[in-house]
Amino acid sequence: MSDIAQATTVPTLEERFSGKLIPETRSGYQGYIVKSENLIEVATTLRDELGYDYLSSVTAVDYLPEDILEVVYHFYKSTGGGALVLKVQTPRNASVVSSLTPLFPGAEFQEREVWDLLGVRFDGHPDLRRILTWEGFAGHPLRKDWKEPFYEGDVKPYDSRWPAGHISRAEDNNPFGSNVQYPQGFDPAAWVAEGDDALYRIMKKAEPDSEAEHLGSEQIIVNFGPQHPSTHGVFRMVVSLDGETIVDLKPVMGYLHRNHEKIAERNTFLMNMPFTDRLDYICSMSNNFGYALAVEKLLNIQVPERAEYIRVIMAELTRLSNHMIAIGTLLNDMGAYFTPMLYYLEERELILDIFEAVSGSRMMCNYFRFGGVVRDLPDGILEKIKPLVFDRFPRTIDELDVYLTQNEVVRARCEGVGVLTPDQAIAFSAAGPTLRASGVPYDIRRADPYSIYDRFDFDVVVGYHGDVYDRYLVRMEEMRQSIRIIQQAVNTIPEGPILQGAPKYQFRVPAGEAYGRVEGPKGELGFYVISNGKGNPWRYHVRAPSFINVTPLTEMCRGGKVADAIITLGSIDIVLGETDR
Amino acid sequence: MPEDLNTPGVEIPPELRGTVTLTTIDRIYNWGRRSSVWPVMFGLACCAIEMICTAASRFDFSRFGMEVMRPSPRQADLLLVSGTVTKKMLPQIVRLYNQMAEPRYVVAMGACASGGGPFKEGYNVVPGIDRYLPVDVYIPGCPPTPQALLNGLITLQKKIDNQSIKDLSWYSKTPDNGIPVPVFGPDIIDPRQNALIFDITHRPVDIAVESESAEKTSGEEA
Repeated sequence: MSDIAQATTVPTLEERFSGKLIPETRSGYQGYIVKSENLIEVATTLRDELGYDYLSSVTAVDYLPEDILEVVYHFYKSTGGGALVLKVQTPRNASVVSSLTPLFPGAEFQEREVWDLLGVRFDGHPDLRRILTWEGFAGHPLRKDWKEPFYEGDVKPYDSRWPAGHISRAEDNNPFGSNVQYPQGFDPAAWVAEGDDALYRIMKKAEPDSEAEHLGSEQIIVNFGPQHPSTHGVFRMVVSLDGETIVDLKPVMGYLHRNHEKIAERNTFLMNMPFTDRLDYICSMSNNFGYALAVEKLLNIQVPERAEYIRVIMAELTRLSNHMIAIGTLLNDMGAYFTPMLYYLEERELILDIFEAVSGSRMMCNYFRFGGVVRDLPDGILEKIKPLVFDRFPRTIDELDVYLTQNEVVRARCEGVGVLTPDQAIAFSAAGPTLRASGVPYDIRRADPYSIYDRFDFDVVVGYHGDVYDRYLVRMEEMRQSIRIIQQAVNTIPEGPILQGAPKYQFRVPAGEAYGRVEGPKGELGFYVISNGKGNPWRYHVRAPSFINVTPLTEMCRGGKVADAIITLGSIDIVLGETDR
Repeated sequence: MPEDLNTPGVEIPPELRGTVTLTTIDRIYNWGRRSSVWPVMFGLACCAIEMICTAASRFDFSRFGMEVMRPSPRQADLLLVSGTVTKKMLPQIVRLYNQMAEPRYVVAMGACASGGGPFKEGYNVVPGIDRYLPVDVYIPGCPPTPQALLNGLITLQKKIDNQSIKDLSWYSKTPDNGIPVPVFGPDIIDPRQNALIFDITHRPVDIAVESESAEKTSGEEA
């Protein structure tokens, strides 16, 4: 699909930017290379005149042999269609690229991440601090020549292990007996940790209010988290308060930064599948889906019919279970302490039972394979799914709808709170229910269809106010749409093979790049994979909706009350495994 | 009054059973403690979701006296380390533990908290919380099923049953100053290791290379 879209836009683009866009010539690659000095101009024209107003993903690749760092931008039109990929190359030792944050505020955190992990400076970025590691951390870990303390080899499987089986505890090879390393000459006693002073310094001050000046009120800074019952995990918000009004808010993350990308670049392609489960650990099947799509694009293989149906059924069941948790925790945040959550968890257990029967595990399914799924549905599972999607789930969703949607407290807390306008939502690269609740009918299942979603009859759910209440309503309705899809799929699923070719552990993936994206329950989940023709990905990047959806949080909370910040965060629905990766 | 509160072998007349019990301090102490293990409401990663499922209606660990999850460590007895411990989160976890009132127990739930799990090789991952906190029970699994978590918690109860106030560290005369809180440096710094770190990083380079990996830090500094 994306190829067709590009074929039609290619001549106009190149004519338009004569000499500024150099088409990609490397085999397996797509898009254009831009010079850093032209980037702002090109991006402005793309946004304002050509409709590429949605900057989905910003990442970088370290090409160590060529001694360049390449920043990769994926642009989309918010009306749908394929990607436009721009790349900016910069030397490794002095890597500076113009920041796109002033044009696309959604790039803010992604550029910070690129700076943190790959050491590319972004000229003009308003707040270029480390985001996933801490200030003072030595080096930029995703650079190919940076080695972690437990480094054993560049790629797996390690030669030393196979076939001889030399296994040693990594701790025994490290002089500190643990997963740490320090620069030569480092003296811990003389070290002064940087702390959060830099963060507190940049917190905005309230406008001096002449009328209230005599009150002598003082602005205070409050930390939510990382251990806080309503931050959905180890997330931290630093809030600057004037009375109870939020003047500024800075999300702090990285408390669950598990080095997913670094580990994945060592792993073989298939080894990454179980790791994707642990990204957004509530929606493991959707994560599998995105990664499988990306690698299938590289491998250029087709998925058998039956496997496509199984994938869709599983992905939609995942969406159901995710939205149940999302609404349950949102209600928790509002003070309906655990009662709605318990109702939803009861239903979710039924979905987990299906996952366990199908994949062997309740949460970490590891069920998808490149070219299909790992094993066929067990006997009788469709007979278990049917009563759920035709009878039980529609009934329980309606029941909870009656309890919650018109509830006086829910409406009073949610309506008009945490508003995000459509323009802001697009500019901030929000995705999923957060984007759609703001009135942008963008659902990848429709806007850039993948798998067999074009065969099913379902509605793209849109809200119009962009507030917490609409995000809640969108999730509620999306559950019904997911049920519709599953109902159609379980009735029409064909018999047949479930995997293209024989099952394999090791894949020779042709060199090239691929970006596979799915409409995950939380938004656009993209996997950017680069292969150099060997058994391991050269670059593996996850465009995480939970991470990028947090970018507009400050905008949504500013001027509101401190209690509303919590439900605003709850309505974005983040999962920290994905936010921090 | 529960049967197992009586000291075994002590006969109580049938008419007084249920009213009178003969027991030891240890027994009644442990009985009270094991029946009200309140966990901190604290989730780290994937395992936290299974922990929530265990607390929810199907598995319901309130059957074992654990239903009261407290957001404040001051009111809790049990720190369920449910997920990957990262270096960035480590100071907070150690602080949480230090803030808990004694007696306090730690359960390492899942592969990551026990030993780093699938993410062990990661540069921001602590290979097991037991490097910093004294762990009472390890629960294997990735993530452990609710049944496994329940089994782990029952194991903790059995462990509590066998404790004696005579030799519990928190009743000893020496004050417990808690665990030193790690510091963010070029890498996470355990204050207890300061001398060792100084020793290794100040060795002449050739020896350091011999001892492998002391000087494995990256070339580029932030």
